[in-house]
Amino acid sequence: MTISNLILLLVGTLTYTTPLLFAALGGVMSELSGVMNIGLEGVMTFGAFTAAAFSYSCGNPFLGFLAAGLAGALLVSLHAVASITFRADQTISGTAINFLGAGVSILLTKKIFNTSTSPTAPKLPSIFPVWIAHYFEGTTFQTLKGISIATLLVFMLVCLLYFVLYKTSWGLRILATGEHPAAVDTLGVSVPKVRYLCVLASGVLAGFGGAFMSISVTSSFSNVTICGQGFIALAAMIFGKWTPQGAMLSCLLFGFAKECTTLFEKEGGLISSSLLEMLPYILTLVALILFVGKSSMPKADGIPYVKGSR
Amino acid sequence: MVDIQKNFGKNHVLKNINFSVGKGTIHALLGENGAGKSTLMNILYGIYKQDFGEIFINGELVEIKSPKVAIEHKIGMVHQHFMLVPTFTVAQNIMLGSELTKGLGMVDFKKANREISKLSEEYGLTINTKKKIEDMAVGMQQRVEILKALYRGAETLILDEPTAVLTPQEINKFMENMRNLARDGKTIIMITHKLNEVKQMCDYCTVIRRGENIITVHTDDYNEQQLASMMVGRELTFGVEKKPAAPKETKLEVQNLIVNDDRGIKRVNGVSFEIRAGEILGVAGVDENGQQELVEAITCLRKTTSGSIKINGKEIQNTTIANVISSGVSTIPEDRHKSGLIMKFSVAENMLLKNYKERPFSKYGRMNKNKINEFASDLAQKFDVRPQDCAELPVKKLSGGNQQKVIIARETSDNPDLLIAVQPTRGLDVGAIEYVHKILVEQRDKGKAVLLVSLELSEIMDVADKIAVMYNGKIVAIVDAAATDEDEIGMLMTGGSKK
Repeated sequence: MTISNLILLLVGTLTYTTPLLFAALGGVMSELSGVMNIGLEGVMTFGAFTAAAFSYSCGNPFLGFLAAGLAGALLVSLHAVASITFRADQTISGTAINFLGAGVSILLTKKIFNTSTSPTAPKLPSIFPVWIAHYFEGTTFQTLKGISIATLLVFMLVCLLYFVLYKTSWGLRILATGEHPAAVDTLGVSVPKVRYLCVLASGVLAGFGGAFMSISVTSSFSNVTICGQGFIALAAMIFGKWTPQGAMLSCLLFGFAKECTTLFEKEGGLISSSLLEMLPYILTLVALILFVGKSSMPKADGIPYVKGSR
Repeated sequence: MVDIQKNFGKNHVLKNINFSVGKGTIHALLGENGAGKSTLMNILYGIYKQDFGEIFINGELVEIKSPKVAIEHKIGMVHQHFMLVPTFTVAQNIMLGSELTKGLGMVDFKKANREISKLSEEYGLTINTKKKIEDMAVGMQQRVEILKALYRGAETLILDEPTAVLTPQEINKFMENMRNLARDGKTIIMITHKLNEVKQMCDYCTVIRRGENIITVHTDDYNEQQLASMMVGRELTFGVEKKPAAPKETKLEVQNLIVNDDRGIKRVNGVSFEIRAGEILGVAGVDENGQQELVEAITCLRKTTSGSIKINGKEIQNTTIANVISSGVSTIPEDRHKSGLIMKFSVAENMLLKNYKERPFSKYGRMNKNKINEFASDLAQKFDVRPQDCAELPVKKLSGGNQQKVIIARETSDNPDLLIAVQPTRGLDVGAIEYVHKILVEQRDKGKAVLLVSLELSEIMDVADKIAVMYNGKIVAIVDAAATDEDEIGMLMTGGSKK
């Protein structure tokens, strides 16, 4: 394997990891506060659509990216109201979000653009400014410029969330709300407030994840832009034991697996490509089977809090 | 608190309650289960809001909308079920919600540990602030709860049944701590239904009965008997009336039993005893001396390492739970919420848990609801489970005493040879305790063998015919209940020798 192949593998891994990690971090935020969020897939889809639409119409990918975060928060707020205020079953509410996110996005694409695929939109830039990337041109390192600026952002977010969750008073309250909401309540901290903020944050993050798919990996939105990333992100969150750093490592693993399959495919057809493409999903399944049992799920995850109950 | 009223739906839980506490006193709030004691205190702590009535603190009218407001008024509450995050350290739990921070919202763990240690030493409640709650004994966890309130500057401390979960040693230590706090000028309100503790540590006592009817008295002016009658609203017989035992053939025989716990530590170490039909054997001992593992081995919840357990002469160790039940063993388990009942199920469904497969309740796999409810209503009436017509009510809506009656009804209705009762009166009020004891003696008189395991020494003394004392995994002595006293058993329980 050549150096250029290795670099390709690195860039590919990071590229596939980024959207997963955005969404997985969203999952971590929501579930640590005690609200299950299996609606990540739908939120990502809606985010992907919004990013493509805004990036195309404003001509600015950054605006598209931000709009996707807001859109994610908007969609997930339905889940928040249902599961926090009305104590609905969070699995059902999350599933509804998945259908709603996909449905609305595809419908709006058709209504606005009259096709099933949105027109080509400006992409997020590389982490390397043009004048640096210029030097790579023609060298083995030229593929490095494929690393998106959002990839840098997501790894910075891992550090930020780690700091917030484990070093600050806010983190202490979030973790306690997910473990023992009644304890938090009796100390005068509002459980719904903590949970709303965390769920909204998860929507923003998953929205970013979707945006990365539509305006960085590709440059348009269609019904196949998001195909299972939200669920793989959920698996990564569980596999990573509900921590940002764990989610990061498992997303990198999934990203690596995915990229390996791409490389194998290029090298020639020893194994059927259809089989290879199953690898990340099989890995997800295996990870879940092996680790979900002895995982360290927040104790109150998925359980609505009723004041005065114990 | 003046004219406090609270309704849950149509139920009037509190009716015109008046309650006042003087600074620096220890005040007991006495009442049966479901009398409304906890509700009243939850109102004072802002968890519930009263429907009617006013609260004054130091003569000033206050509106306590939330625990936050209660904390601002220097009220702290230690709940019966601890409000501690098990995966957090002591310091994290104590400062949660009012964290010490240094810039950027970062928690200053060093300072927190230092201040909490200082606070704990000030009040003589020393604690390791870096230890995790899940690694601590219940008594220490309670200490964390108390410190949590003190850390927030509480002047009034509400404790909801603080001794229910403590061992006798922990209770003594607890009483001492409370007296010290009162001497420092703290006001302590203690919800309880244990009369001896009211007498021993409280200055005043307020009795609540069915959400009303309050009397506040000086505890010195009344004896336990009088307090109990006020609480229940009728005369109670103290002690258990029973005829001498008439033991017959051996029902349970345990020989050289050795049982390990989950970590492979030998918890039951060579225990032998037998129980005959028509007698009650009480197993006395301080918690964690192997009683739990012994019972689990007999009921086949746990594998034995060696030794034998025979029911009616047939070995049953390391078989199945179904086999144990069909051999004629019934169990009133220690934790009625965890292993005695399915709290969301109805009373009828809970009563049927053991014979749900049998006709006429189930025919070709189809449950016959009418027959089941009929069966449950009969049992409920026989065992006086209240409220009446409770067959279809979820069991969690019942009071603790009535929940226990549901278990007892189920476990005695299949006419067992051996009835195992583990802590059968834990958390029950005097009226319900009296009832449970009566049933145990009744079962004995019907010729059943009864194994009673309890941490309450007085219960063992009152009910059992023979007492086996467990210490460190061994039965150190088996004595006749009539020929011994609490002192002797107490000595044996802590590893001392027989008189």
